[in-house]
Amino acid sequence: MAIFSVYVVNKAGGLIYQLDHYAPRADTEKTFSFPLDLVLRPHDERVVVAFGQRDGIRVGHAVLAINGAEVNGRFTADGKDVLEFLGNPANYPVSIRFGRHRLSSNEKLMLASMFHSLFAIGSQLSPEVGSSGIEMLETDTFKLHCFQTLTGIKFMVLADPRQTGIDALLRKIYEIYSDFALKNPFYSLEMPIRCELFDQNLKLALEVAEKAGPFGPGS
Amino acid sequence: MTIHNLYIFDRGGSCLFYSEWHRRRAPGIPQEEEFKLMFGMLFSLRSFVNKMSPTDMKDGFVSFHTSRYRLHYLETPSGLRLALNTDLGVASARDALQHIYSNLFVELVVKNPLCPPRAPVQSVLFRQRLDAFVRSLPYFGPKNPNS
Repeated sequence: MAIFSVYVVNKAGGLIYQLDHYAPRADTEKTFSFPLDLVLRPHDERVVVAFGQRDGIRVGHAVLAINGAEVNGRFTADGKDVLEFLGNPANYPVSIRFGRHRLSSNEKLMLASMFHSLFAIGSQLSPEVGSSGIEMLETDTFKLHCFQTLTGIKFMVLADPRQTGIDALLRKIYEIYSDFALKNPFYSLEMPIRCELFDQNLKLALEVAEKAGPFGPGS
Repeated sequence: MTIHNLYIFDRGGSCLFYSEWHRRRAPGIPQEEEFKLMFGMLFSLRSFVNKMSPTDMKDGFVSFHTSRYRLHYLETPSGLRLALNTDLGVASARDALQHIYSNLFVELVVKNPLCPPRAPVQSVLFRQRLDAFVRSLPYFGPKNPNS
């Protein structure tokens, strides 16, 4: 029962606030001897598994750490290239940690804008008259709820599929936004939100919503 | 509780089949473009969901809803994508989509030697059986005048 993250997107589709409240980590660490029976390849700025899925290590998982030290993109903590390091039998046995790659801030920006457009397309392709955009996107591992205000700001909450009370939570986040961001004289509209009180109250609201659990907050 | 329309796309993006039952709003764009837009949206949603997901996914994107309709999605391992628009009363049409794929599409189109593999579906039998199946669904009701 968890709320994973909150995103706030402005009228133009730019991300103005992002909070990762809970990130379920499913990393796998294993010790390997030469030769490696997984096939690794570089992808964007990291090294991912291309073939050889086994024991919790899936295709698409990235190399997160080697011998306990976190890797820096495609280079180890010492600055050596990961693929070169793993191709050298002298470095074995080696312990590698694999897992899903955490999103960087750039990727979050891109995804928020992508959703902004998909929201609009959802409304355009509607077979019914007067439809809004996408209000809830459902997958087997999470549900994305989106609330668009009259001024065009979107509040998105990524939560566990069984979590209830998200609609009330979205309205509450809107309230917190208007109280602590809009009423803040130093905050400019449509700009990234950097207000401490907004952060604090948002975290409180998320905790309340999570504790209320499957019964939903009494609204 | 009604069903609006159904799209079937192949993995290259071409629309193999489209059928509508209760569509109350004309798309406002030519049908070719509507298909491309729908395919583009489904493709982007899938890739969006893949990146956003906090853990590894099994089925991926299943459905979404707006204030007026719900879109149910099924993707087969061969890349065939089925999208069904219904109203909000229908919680999950995954079983219906699975039935449409395995018992109607595979039986009547894939196994039909006269239907070329990735061409638009011309089979009249498929259209008829699909229509009969959709109309027999418990949530296929008459047009709701109070929409």
